[in-house]
Amino acid sequence: MTDSAIREISFSQAIYEAMALAMEADERVILMGEDIGVYGGAFQVTGDLVHRFGPERVIDTPISELGGAGVAVGAALTGMRPIFEFQFSDFATLAMEQIVNQAAKMRYMLGGEVSVPVIMRLPCGSGSGAAAQHSQSLEAWFAHVPGLKVIEPTTPYDAKGMLLAALEQNDPVLIFEHKLLYKMKGHVPEGHYTVPIGPSETRRQGKDVTIVATAIMVARALEAAVILEGENIDVEVIDLRTLRPMDTESIIASVKRTSRLLCVYEGVKTLGIGAEISAAIVESDAFGFLDAPVIRLGGQECPIPYSPGLERASVPQVDDIVRCARDLVRRKI
Amino acid sequence: MANVPEAYRYFTLDQLKGALKKMYLIRRFEEEAEDSYQRGLTYGTMHLSIGQEASAVGICMPLSNADYITSTHRGHGHCIAKGAEPGKMFAEFFGKETGYCRGRGGSMHIADVTTGNLGANGIVGGGIPIAVGAALSIKHQKKNAVAVCFFGDGANNEGSFHESLNMASIWKLPVVFVCENNQYGMSTSIERSTSVKNIADRAVSYSMPGITVDGNSFSDVASASVEAVARAKSGEGPTLIECLTYRTRGHSRSDRNRYRTKEEIDAWAARDPIPRFEGELLNFGILNETMIAEVREAAEREIQSALEFAKSSPDPDPLQVANFVYSS
Repeated sequence: MTDSAIREISFSQAIYEAMALAMEADERVILMGEDIGVYGGAFQVTGDLVHRFGPERVIDTPISELGGAGVAVGAALTGMRPIFEFQFSDFATLAMEQIVNQAAKMRYMLGGEVSVPVIMRLPCGSGSGAAAQHSQSLEAWFAHVPGLKVIEPTTPYDAKGMLLAALEQNDPVLIFEHKLLYKMKGHVPEGHYTVPIGPSETRRQGKDVTIVATAIMVARALEAAVILEGENIDVEVIDLRTLRPMDTESIIASVKRTSRLLCVYEGVKTLGIGAEISAAIVESDAFGFLDAPVIRLGGQECPIPYSPGLERASVPQVDDIVRCARDLVRRKI
Repeated sequence: MANVPEAYRYFTLDQLKGALKKMYLIRRFEEEAEDSYQRGLTYGTMHLSIGQEASAVGICMPLSNADYITSTHRGHGHCIAKGAEPGKMFAEFFGKETGYCRGRGGSMHIADVTTGNLGANGIVGGGIPIAVGAALSIKHQKKNAVAVCFFGDGANNEGSFHESLNMASIWKLPVVFVCENNQYGMSTSIERSTSVKNIADRAVSYSMPGITVDGNSFSDVASASVEAVARAKSGEGPTLIECLTYRTRGHSRSDRNRYRTKEEIDAWAARDPIPRFEGELLNFGILNETMIAEVREAAEREIQSALEFAKSSPDPDPLQVANFVYSS
């Protein structure tokens, strides 16, 4: 292997690289967001792009989430390829109108005559002490809306490849980026490649229990799997990667092999991603293969708290995953 | 002819005849829409702009298909003024597959991208940042064009209005903001809803020219539009035009008209923009009675064949209900 082939960069560098490649290749690609220019973005993802491509293409917006998102939607409607960064996904609540009523529906409302190829990047999740208004995982809200595509890459490789895939199609794509992943390093090829939007990825194969996880929970599930291996419990970990359209086929196939399902996600448990995955199983022929009830392990029914111990207690941790998987296999529920 | 308003000297005879025809088309489109609704032939709701035609047509006078507009829930006039075909509009209104949105959008979502019309919008203020985005595209693509953004007085208190005017100003984008102040946001008068006397006064906060014009005067509106479009195209940035006008019909089908007096409605009806435009064309010797009658009859023929087209068009196939959600 050459150095390049085993090159490792961080999740945020991978996103940076995808944006830089896209901007080099296509004049239509512009970046918009709060403090993404000289400041480099709240999480330093856009970095020095303003120096490479200029302030006309790396546009610092005023603190106007609704208007800014709307400008991105309008630009996408008229031939540009904007990538709009929300400083925190929580702030997308200020722009719901443009995302849900405009971007998502415009193509349908206008009978297929237009498309809105806007990409929105939304840093999400807890674990940084940012408390209730800067730590939410609201991706399920958006995945409820036909017309949007909602993706949640969990590795640097996918972060780059899925962003480049999003740029190659013509629908609005929301990319939820868990903040704890930004510093994660992994293999990322140089140059252009894509990872398709839609298919999930099996990160670990196992025969005893299927864990479907999203965002940071994929890494925690893989950690739990190592612990469970010591207890002779063989865990399969599926990284959902795309929430809409959801790859239920792979989950159904996995559950038919393992007969047990644990859904792990950081968003609030009730009416969340886990409910949708569970329903996909009970509505399918995998239902008859289940040896135990399905477990949803999601966020607590409270806002994300500040104090470190409380914050950890508010979302699933490795220990919680180990305990739930063990209970499933040993039929303690 | 020193007293002839500038607009009548600026535009050609054909352009002025075209403007008159569009005003007739808008009025007759909406009268037929209202009639169809009252006879139970159509579904849902509609928002009529009868009385506001001079604003839609006057503003669109200096625009070509390369220029964009965004419109509102009260958007039939804007569509026709920008060049939409009444047949495809009626078809959309009747929920037909041949409509502008294949029956998926209805009255509140008629768009016609071939004429630069990015669409009516069911959300008050929803189209305002979209117009700014279209202007951002124009600037990046180095096109000699503008984005015109129609909205009502109700939208001037939405956050999207303020955020959008600010961004258009700081980036000096080629936008013309057109507030059709018809005095009421549904039932709430501007006196009760708005902190400034003239909505155009809002422009000061965003360092752009703000002008208030008689929105029922074709020539006043057209002159203001010509100036604002020229300013936008020359890179000087946006303008806010406030067209003072009135909708003689209610807000929508649910309106019981409990918030305004008959005297007020009659006073505005006396300032109907269509007879005023006809009167000016006659007075200034631009068109004679015969020519005006010809234009009116041509519009009527177009409306009748448009209605015929729409009524005889097929309904959408229910099996195709989930089509057009995604491009791929």
